[in-house]
Amino acid sequence: MTEAPHTLLSLAHVTFRYRAVPALNDVSLDLTRGEILGILGPNGSGKSTMLRIMSGVLHPQSGTVDWLGSPLSRVPRTVLARQMAVVPQGGTIEFPFSVMEVVLMGRAPHLGGFAFEGDQDVQVAEAAMRRTGTLDLAHRCIHELSGGERQRVILARALAQVPQALLLDEPGAFLDIRHAVELYDLLRDLQAEGMTIATVLHDLNLAALYCDRVALLKAGRLVRLGPPAEVISYATVRDVYETEVYVDTNDITGAVNVLPLSRVYRERLKR
Amino acid sequence: MSFLTRRRFLAVNAFLAAGLLATVCAAALTGPVRIDLGRALQWSGPASPDSVILFDTRLPRVLLATVVGGALAVAGAALQGLLRNPLAEPHILGISGGAALGGIVAVILAGQHPLAAISAAPVGSFLGALGTTLLIYRLALIDGRLQPYTLLLTGVVVNAFAGALIMFVNSLADFYQAHGILFWLMGSLATQSYRLVAGIALYALAAALWLTWQARHMNVLALGEEAALQLGVDVDRTRRNIFMASSLLVGAVVSVSGMIGFVGLIVPHLLRLLVGADHRLLLPASFLAGGIFLVWADTFARTALGSTEIPVGVVTALCGAPFFIFLLKQAGRQAFD
Repeated sequence: MTEAPHTLLSLAHVTFRYRAVPALNDVSLDLTRGEILGILGPNGSGKSTMLRIMSGVLHPQSGTVDWLGSPLSRVPRTVLARQMAVVPQGGTIEFPFSVMEVVLMGRAPHLGGFAFEGDQDVQVAEAAMRRTGTLDLAHRCIHELSGGERQRVILARALAQVPQALLLDEPGAFLDIRHAVELYDLLRDLQAEGMTIATVLHDLNLAALYCDRVALLKAGRLVRLGPPAEVISYATVRDVYETEVYVDTNDITGAVNVLPLSRVYRERLKR
Repeated sequence: MSFLTRRRFLAVNAFLAAGLLATVCAAALTGPVRIDLGRALQWSGPASPDSVILFDTRLPRVLLATVVGGALAVAGAALQGLLRNPLAEPHILGISGGAALGGIVAVILAGQHPLAAISAAPVGSFLGALGTTLLIYRLALIDGRLQPYTLLLTGVVVNAFAGALIMFVNSLADFYQAHGILFWLMGSLATQSYRLVAGIALYALAAALWLTWQARHMNVLALGEEAALQLGVDVDRTRRNIFMASSLLVGAVVSVSGMIGFVGLIVPHLLRLLVGADHRLLLPASFLAGGIFLVWADTFARTALGSTEIPVGVVTALCGAPFFIFLLKQAGRQAFD
């Protein structure tokens, strides 16, 4: 038996522009099997663009993107959808589908033609909903849910694809602190079962707590890449985000802590 | 049940098919002249007046209403899925107008040529419908996203433009052609031959089945194009297929019955409330329920005022326009929530 490849997804010298506006500039990065990679950076730094390139929805103008050693754009979409699932940020779902119907759409790449979901598909969907705490919402209409509930339903849909890799765009954006940590705990559980995860996030503390590596972007360039304890430092955060912050180490977790400062303290620090 | 099973799919369709069959029978027997079934079904001897009215006048008309109503409802449901907008409908978006324009122009251009006379109207209507669908799609696409209100406004403008062109062509046409054009604009299901009904049924059923075959992809498309791609759906191909099939439906229908609006708005919307949003069921159920709806609308149109017939397009618009306003209000409220 050959060993599974170490690198799932590989970006080399990727450059992408929206019409004339540059979004990513010469970014190289490997997604390693079994890791949780955090993608960080200020607003408009190219995080979401990078995720869209990683999922093959956008194609870079120059540079290469390889999935399991072959060019991503050559991998048939149904094949890719059985190996990689994406949890987008927000997004509306048109038409009054039930939660169960939305989660069952995750089975789409496993079904062919005009097919009805079988018992096995329903079991996979129910297992995904149990893990995300959405099973009791199964009969509800997707439009009736809160932002946080819907985000968990979308995650359940992604899990129903039974992928090897999970790409998430700000999965905690609509979640309160309890649901956010529960979500990241779930990502850790999935990782323990062999899932590879790349997630865009804004919260530097959650990144420090949960990610094995973080990629820090600024204005489309990959500024730093490495373990959060090395990347998230006072100097780096100040340079990349262009604001003063307070950074120390959490006594309990040992992870770095980044705290915002109000203007009075920011100005005091500058002086 | 919170999702579509094969059993529910079959049960709902069987129920609606039975309803359609009952509707066809009841509507064929309804009219200013009472029909004696015994005399109408007597096959021996010369044809009775009852038989002539039932089989030569009413039944082809009722069957045509079935096919036209079904085709319009499926086209509406498919366009709503394609454009991710529950207010999309062939008439509102100007696709019917484009089809009518295409048909009228084709008929006039074909002139007296005997071969052209048979296929000019359906081919012209199909091309008109396809061209209009592509046009409004392109116009409503802003930065790669379909804006719901831009789409509706584009439809309004395209509709007005097609209407103006039709009037322009109308002013150039001679008296008999002009009368025919007016008839087309109001929409009518008046007596047609079985051959024509069968021909149109063939087109409509083929296109409706084609769309139903794509139904699972249309469900995923409701999540947005990017999410659909990430779920393995070939978005471009699905979109192309829906464009073609819905244009075929609208073109076929408009070429024989003119512009009958709002069927594609009312029927899919009510069905979504009753049987859910899954396109695998919504599309075939729309065909059956659209047939039921238009047969009754047409029965009302030809009987309500005694011997004077109301154009059926007037009846559907009188039901559909207030319905559209109601939905627009609802959509607006949701958007501001």
